[in-house]
Amino acid sequence: MSDTLSLIKSKGRALVGQRLFLPLFALFLVLIVNVIKTPAFFNISIQNGVLYGYIIDIINRSSELVILAVGMTLVIATGGIDISVGAVSALSAAVCVRLLGSSYDNYATPMVLAILAALAIGMICGAFNGLLVSKLRIQAMVATLILFTAGRGVAQLISAREIGGKMVPGQIIYVRMESFKGIGGFLPKVIVPTPVFIAAAVVLIFYLVLTRTALGLYIKTVGINSRAGRLVGINSTFIMFLGYVLCGLTASMAGVISSSRIYSSDANNIGLNMELDAILAVALGGNSMAGGKFSLAGSVIGAITIQALTTSLYAMGVTADQLPVYKAVVVVLIVSIQSEELKRWISARGGKKA
Amino acid sequence: MKNRVIVLFLAVLLIGTGILTANGKSDGAAAEGNGLITVGYAQVGAESDWRTANTESFKSTFVEANGYKLIFDDAQQKQENQIKAIRNFIQQDVDYIVVAPVVETGWETVLGEAKAAGIPVILSDRMMDVSDDSLYVAWVGGNFLKEGQDSVVWLNDYLKKTGRDNEKINCVLLQGTIGSSAQVGRTKGITEGLAKNSNYNLLAKQTGEFTQAKGQEVMESFLKAYDNIDVVFAENDNMAFGAIDAIKAVGKVPGKDIIIVSFDAVHEAFNRMIAGEINADVECNPLHGPRVAEIIQMLEAGKSVDKIMYVKEGVFDQFNAKEIMPTRKY
Repeated sequence: MSDTLSLIKSKGRALVGQRLFLPLFALFLVLIVNVIKTPAFFNISIQNGVLYGYIIDIINRSSELVILAVGMTLVIATGGIDISVGAVSALSAAVCVRLLGSSYDNYATPMVLAILAALAIGMICGAFNGLLVSKLRIQAMVATLILFTAGRGVAQLISAREIGGKMVPGQIIYVRMESFKGIGGFLPKVIVPTPVFIAAAVVLIFYLVLTRTALGLYIKTVGINSRAGRLVGINSTFIMFLGYVLCGLTASMAGVISSSRIYSSDANNIGLNMELDAILAVALGGNSMAGGKFSLAGSVIGAITIQALTTSLYAMGVTADQLPVYKAVVVVLIVSIQSEELKRWISARGGKKA
Repeated sequence: MKNRVIVLFLAVLLIGTGILTANGKSDGAAAEGNGLITVGYAQVGAESDWRTANTESFKSTFVEANGYKLIFDDAQQKQENQIKAIRNFIQQDVDYIVVAPVVETGWETVLGEAKAAGIPVILSDRMMDVSDDSLYVAWVGGNFLKEGQDSVVWLNDYLKKTGRDNEKINCVLLQGTIGSSAQVGRTKGITEGLAKNSNYNLLAKQTGEFTQAKGQEVMESFLKAYDNIDVVFAENDNMAFGAIDAIKAVGKVPGKDIIIVSFDAVHEAFNRMIAGEINADVECNPLHGPRVAEIIQMLEAGKSVDKIMYVKEGVFDQFNAKEIMPTRKY
C-alpha cells in the first residue's frame, strides 16, 4: 500500500518536473474556469455539416498563432527575435490577394501560384532579416524593426484600388471566388476547419526535421554559444539565417490563412499585434528569451492558451473595456508560476517548514 | 562595419522621405484678385475610400464655376505636413482655410497665426482640442450619436412594417475599437435607443475592433452563447461582413433569420444589401464640401454660423439600395 503511494508520489513529482507541465497546467487552468462560468463550453456538436463548439473555435482560431509561434521559437532559440512577422503576414496576404484578383469568374493567377508567391515573399522577407542579423550582425530587434514598420506600408501600396480614376493604396481588396475561402474555412465534406490541418502539418514537419536531423541541435548550440558552435564546425551564420527564413515562411502561411478567412487583403489589420502574441506564446511555453534550449510543443501550447483565454473571455461575456485587464492578470499569473526565482523561493520556504 | 551600414541606411531613409515630402507639396498657386474665393484645404491623406470621397467632394464643390479656387494639400497622415500647409496658405493669403486634422492636439500656435492674419479656419471631420475655441469658426462632420439613434429608429419602422413590433426582440452589438469617437457615439445612440422600448433586449455587446476577422470571431461566440438572436448591430461594415460569415456558418440566413444593421455604408455594403444579407446601413457621410461652402457663403454675407455643423446622413436599406448604389461616390 505504502509502495503504491510512494510510487504515485514519485510519478507525480516526475510529472511536475516535466518541462511541459507548467504550460499545460496554465492552459488547463484557463479552460477549467469555464466549467463553472460557462458549462456549455466543452460541448462539441456537428452543426451545418461541420464541427461546432467553443473548443473547436479555440483550435481553429489559434492556428495562425500556432504557425507563427513555431517560426518564432526557432528565431528565439538562436538568440534572436523577429518583430516583423505581423507585417510580413500582411505583406504576403496582400501579394496573394493581388495575384488572385477580384474577378467573379476566375482567378487572375492560379491559386497555387499565388500562394507559392506569397510564401516566397515571406521567405524573402525572412532572408532580408536573416542577412541583417547573421551577416551584418545588426541587433535582431533593430534589424526586424525595419520590416515591422515598412512591411505594412509596402502591403498597403500593393493593396491599391482604383477609385475615381486614380490608384489609392491601403484599400481592402476582396477575392470573389468561393474556392479561396477553403484555406481559412472548410474544404467540401470535411468537418474539421482547414487551418487546423495546416497548423498540425506545420508543427509535425518542423518537429520531425528538428528531432530527426541535427538541425535542432545546431540551433540550440548557436543559441547557447555561437562562438563555441563555430569552433566545433557549425556554420552559426547560416543557422541563424535559416531561422529567420523559416520564420518568414511561417509568417506568410499565417498571412494567407488570415486573408482567406476574410477573403480579402486588409493591409491595416492582418497580423496586427501578432508579433507580440507570437513572442508571448513562446514565453508562455516556458522557453527562454535568451535562446538555447527550446520546446516546440511548449510554444504550441502557449499559442493555444492565448486563444483559449480570448475565447473564454468572450464566452463569459466580459465587457470590451475590461477585456485587456483580465488578459493582463492571467498572463502575469502564468508567467510568474513559471518563474525559476519564484519556484526556488517556494521550495526554500517549503524546506524550512519541513 | 556596423556603423557604416547604419549610416547608409539612414541616408537611404532621408532620401526616401525627401522624395515623399516633395511629392506631398501643394500645387502652390497663389491667390489672385480675380473675384474668386480662395480656399486652402489641408486634408489628412488618402487612407480610405471614405477619405477619397471626402477629398472628391471638396474638389467638385470648390470649382471656378461656383466662384472658388481650391488649393488642396494632402498631408499623408502627418501633422507636421498639415502645419506646413496651413503656413503656406497664410503666406498665399487665402480667404478661408479648411483643415481635417490628423490629430486633436497641438494646433494652438498655427491657428493663432491664421487668426492674426485674419483668415477664418473651418474644421472638417475630426475635432481639434484647443484651449480657445475662437481659433476656428466652425466644425463640419458626422454625428455618430445620431447615426446610432437613426439605426434604432429604422429598426422600429422595419419591425412595424413586418408586423413584429409586439414581439420580444433580442439584440447583440458588435462595437468598434473602444474609445474611438465612432464607437462611443454609435454605442450610446444604439443602447439608449434600445432602452426606450421594453420589447428590446440587448443580450451582449463586445468589441470587434472594426475588423472583419474579429467581427466574425465575436459573432461566433455570440451565436454559441445565445440561440435566439434576432438583430445584430455592427458599428462598421467590415464587422458586419464578418458577422454574416459567422451566421452563415451555423446554417442561418443573414438578413432573414437575423436582422443585420450596419454603419458606414461603403460600396461593398451596398452589394450585400442588394444580396439581402445586410438589412440596413446608416451612412457616415464624407461629402463635407457643400456644407463647408454653405458656411463660407454665410460668412461672406456677414452672418454668424453655428460652431458645430452636422452633415446630412441617410439610412439605406434593402428596399432602396439598388436604385441608390449607382449614385454613390464611395
